[in-house]
Amino acid sequence: MSTAETFVIAGAGHAGGRAALTLREAGFAGRIVLIGDEAHLPYERPPLSKAWLKGESDLAACSLFSDASFIASGIEHVSGVRVTAIDPAAHTVQLDNGVSLAYSKLLLTLGGASRTLDFTGRCFNNVHYLRTVDEAVALQKRLTPGTRLVVVGGGFIGLEVASSARDLGCEVTVLEAGSRLAARALPERVSEALLRLHKRKGVNVKLGAQIEAFQGDSQVESVQLASGEQVPCDVLLVGIGMQPNVELAREAGLATGSGIRVDACLRTSAPDIYAAGDVCEFPRGDGQFYRQETWRNAEAQGQLAALNMLGQQQAFSGVPGFWSDHYEFGLQTVGVLAPDAQVVEREGDEGGFLLLYVDAQSRLQGASGWGSGNSVAKDIKLCERLIESQVALPVEQLSDASVSLKSLLRGAHA
Amino acid sequence: MSNQWVEVCHVDDIDEEDVIRFDHQQKTYAVYRSHNSEYFATDGLCTHEKIHLADGLVMDFVIECPKHNGRFDYRNGKALNVPACVNLKTYPVKVEAGKVLLDTQGGGA
Repeated sequence: MSTAETFVIAGAGHAGGRAALTLREAGFAGRIVLIGDEAHLPYERPPLSKAWLKGESDLAACSLFSDASFIASGIEHVSGVRVTAIDPAAHTVQLDNGVSLAYSKLLLTLGGASRTLDFTGRCFNNVHYLRTVDEAVALQKRLTPGTRLVVVGGGFIGLEVASSARDLGCEVTVLEAGSRLAARALPERVSEALLRLHKRKGVNVKLGAQIEAFQGDSQVESVQLASGEQVPCDVLLVGIGMQPNVELAREAGLATGSGIRVDACLRTSAPDIYAAGDVCEFPRGDGQFYRQETWRNAEAQGQLAALNMLGQQQAFSGVPGFWSDHYEFGLQTVGVLAPDAQVVEREGDEGGFLLLYVDAQSRLQGASGWGSGNSVAKDIKLCERLIESQVALPVEQLSDASVSLKSLLRGAHA
Repeated sequence: MSNQWVEVCHVDDIDEEDVIRFDHQQKTYAVYRSHNSEYFATDGLCTHEKIHLADGLVMDFVIECPKHNGRFDYRNGKALNVPACVNLKTYPVKVEAGKVLLDTQGGGA
């Protein structure tokens, strides 16, 4: 392989970092330039809302690189810098420090930005978002015992922060506009378990909450709801989702939808440009495009994009999946939870359960589980293998927890 | 270094092709029973993000971390795929009189 090639990776998050590492592991000897607007080397984000806030994690624990492995990798990390333009015809990227950089291949792992709340032009100094290490550092300082935390948005970020904040002794109110928690990603049954747990832990969860106004001068001192209620506030966390960073690709004329569009091999519509991670919108067999904002997707697509940049032509076929942790409980989901699937429930230990999503041909397509600690992990992993195998299952036996999923899987292989 | 055999559990306390967590003197171990009822032991926490491996899935001689899908061969501790890249320490295990015993001093990389 030519060492004269330069592979540029725009976006130094998890997907970009994993791609850079994979390139080296696969023997790429050329130049790798990893460009990111954060000061840090690539790191994994899941701990930020959990262990990090509780002081049980740090950058070294989250980082994809140790200092030694980074130096040994010979990867050039351009930190605190943004790509401002891509010229696909000239094969160059323009950086906001004035540099123009030529690439042989370009990977776009641009991630996204927190969706922001409209404070009608006012600027409050106790409003927090959580997507980066720097934001986690800032939020952690504010979560002292007795602090009144108001969380806007009952999704994963908001609820995981609520959980960490309760563990730290804060008073927590969660304001969710919808009728249930994390409705976009979770089955109703899991949303209910999540709601019960947070209420039991003393979180004031308000569903169907309509925010009328934020009161205060330099700080949000209270949140006025349409119901007339006033929620006192020391710290406001906004967790209302993210906006993928597609503008750069769109301005360069690349195909975009809700993300940067790629083919099955993660190639964008422009030659030698690939995309991966949160920003990547990829096709599945059904002809639809999907985007996933998960650790697992960043990891898998980062690896695959790197291999395809090196000349492989592997189609992305990863089964989707995610987890979320709350107090001493955890949930995990794998596969697709189709609304028209037959749902079979299996009981687990200590109030845990597993929902199996079976199609008309009795094949498993998705599963979602809830339980203490990581207790659902074993079954979710077996579900992943059952989804991959696509064998017909004895649906009438699935609800019987004494029939092990492993035996069904082994039966499938027999 | 002398051996330090400690009793983990009865042989039937671990299902075939499964793993349990064993805590001893501020350390946590994962103790495995293979599908052919051989016993093995490794450090209890994944080398990637310090998650308890005992919640993971055992298939053949492979343990998969419950969170990030890092996989290890639990017979020798070898990390098999990213994000796991540091091998697990393993410990000698023996069965005597129906009990599983682990040598806490015999750890090898």
